[in-house]
Amino acid sequence: MLKYFDAIRTLLSVAIALVIAFIIIAFISDDPIGTIGIFITGPLASSAQIGNVVEIAIPLMFTGLSVVLLFRAGLFNLGAEGLFYISGLVAAVIAIYWSMNAMIHPAVAILAGSAVGALLSAIPGIMKAKWNADVLVTSLMFNSILAGIGLYFLNYHLRDAAAFANVSYKFQETARLETIIPGTRIHTGLILVLLCILATHYFMYHTRWGYELRMTGSNRSFAEFSGIKTGRVIVTVHLIAGFLAGMGGSVEMLGMYARFQWTDLPGYGLDGALIALLAKNNPLSVIGAALFLAYIRVGADQMAILSDVPAELISIIQAIIILLISAEQFLKMWKNRQLLKEAEKLG
Amino acid sequence: MDSFWSVIFSTDFAFSVLRVTTPILLAALGALISNKAGIVNIGMEGTMLTGALTGVIVSAYTGSAWVGLLGAVMSGILLSAVLAYFTLKIKTHIILGGIAINMFASGGTVFILYMVSGDKGTSTSLQSKVLPNLHIPLLQDIPVLGPILSGHNVLTYISLLAVAGVYYLLKRTPLGLQLRSVGENPQAAQSVGISVVKIQTIALLLSGFFASLGGAFMSMGYLSLFTRDMTAGRGWIAIAAEALGGGSTVGTFVASLIFGATNAMANALQILKIPSELVATFPYAATVIGLLVYAIAETRRKKKKNS
Repeated sequence: MLKYFDAIRTLLSVAIALVIAFIIIAFISDDPIGTIGIFITGPLASSAQIGNVVEIAIPLMFTGLSVVLLFRAGLFNLGAEGLFYISGLVAAVIAIYWSMNAMIHPAVAILAGSAVGALLSAIPGIMKAKWNADVLVTSLMFNSILAGIGLYFLNYHLRDAAAFANVSYKFQETARLETIIPGTRIHTGLILVLLCILATHYFMYHTRWGYELRMTGSNRSFAEFSGIKTGRVIVTVHLIAGFLAGMGGSVEMLGMYARFQWTDLPGYGLDGALIALLAKNNPLSVIGAALFLAYIRVGADQMAILSDVPAELISIIQAIIILLISAEQFLKMWKNRQLLKEAEKLG
Repeated sequence: MDSFWSVIFSTDFAFSVLRVTTPILLAALGALISNKAGIVNIGMEGTMLTGALTGVIVSAYTGSAWVGLLGAVMSGILLSAVLAYFTLKIKTHIILGGIAINMFASGGTVFILYMVSGDKGTSTSLQSKVLPNLHIPLLQDIPVLGPILSGHNVLTYISLLAVAGVYYLLKRTPLGLQLRSVGENPQAAQSVGISVVKIQTIALLLSGFFASLGGAFMSMGYLSLFTRDMTAGRGWIAIAAEALGGGSTVGTFVASLIFGATNAMANALQILKIPSELVATFPYAATVIGLLVYAIAETRRKKKKNS
């Protein structure tokens, strides 16, 4: 049983959050059973809805994976938010102004966005590695700075005066990511993110680099003492995490939009922290965590359309999940009792 | 350029700086207290937003702005109590706890607003009250200073008094000493009989108190209603202001004024066609540079010590 302690705690946290949500629904809905039914089965109602779940999960997987790397290295960096945003802008600029054939146009745009993400991410990384500057505060500052810069470019350089909203010029058709499953909007970004997850899993558990990352995360002084250059590890992790967050922003932009239209940070960075928590900082589990989060979001949207309960209920569920999953002491009693039992068995 | 300076050096501008600074300053003082106790509350944004909504709802139902303010403050303290329970008692990571508070508030306030008023965007259907503006006798008749300092919302004056109050609290009271010692070295504080959990709980409750005052100003002073996401990042600005202020009360006050001034300047800059989006990023960049300088100095100091 102990082996599954983390998994049990995660599932129980999710279950408690959902039960609280159902209780809230029971109080405010005129038809609680029907509403809960829509919330649970809504995302499976049609292939378009299922497609929706996967589409929403793609950016969540990117930022979730990015945050997993950072958290695993013991770095509380919330910068994925700003990197996702600014990389989406970089990809959008290339999609608008450069002309290429459809084979390489998206690839160039995504690579450029990812590279920008990696370079910007390296700055707080270097500040942390060399001078131990608090990465949480610097990454939060970068989010605000990047949001300002992005908004400036949208308002002053990219804005399409002919459009009726605050949006950029249209992307060239060659830059858009292709849909891979007819009847949905699921795009090639899905393949890309799954490859990234597999690669990260391999690097984290089967290479020396991954070992150094995990050691640095569990105890930086000890890792340094045992000969690991933790400064280099921290900068490398930042580069890769920034690359992934940047790729997420670029892919989301080219896969789901025809114009750049983010007038504010889209929120995927903080979602990434939630995903990393649900996935217990495990790259492969990011897939399930992102799909789950996407599922309950689509369910909530369906509920808002078809019943009298607003979709914002979802944020209450998310808050409860975060509080419970990351609570070290939650279910600790139970774990200790299991430990005792096992000790007795052995003794 | 002349028009720009004439805007900047007008009493109207100085007045608006104080007005815009108020919510940032209040929340920054809250962030300062919790940081001093060694516990980083990044749930300021969510706490402000919750306070803003609660103030509107309570004042609408009771017909009193003051009871509304009390409700706002209670909501902020309650939210911080939840955060304190989870982080200090059952050991949720404080950063993740803060993220949870923000997530709860961003959607939860819209949810509750919809439940109460049937509207997801604004609270126009609620007859909420506004906290009064104070015209200070004698002061208001003084040229230049009068128009700048008089006629503000009562919470603006409270925010200025709070600077002195927090300074006194941290420097001159036993609680302030305990807060600082817990923040600097929790083990040492524990060993002389200070309860770290108790002190950090008080610090979190105080940070919630100040954040919700800032939130109440947004919906019951700055505007006269609640709109979704109306704090618009001010909770994060407050955290930045605390960092830029180098963790001192006076520094936090000055940094809050700088952020307030850059916000207020946005309008003046529009006249000159200088992009306000970029100017708005300057204080954040200054914060990064400030942190960097501080971190480099710290590293040098430690190296010297070791060699």
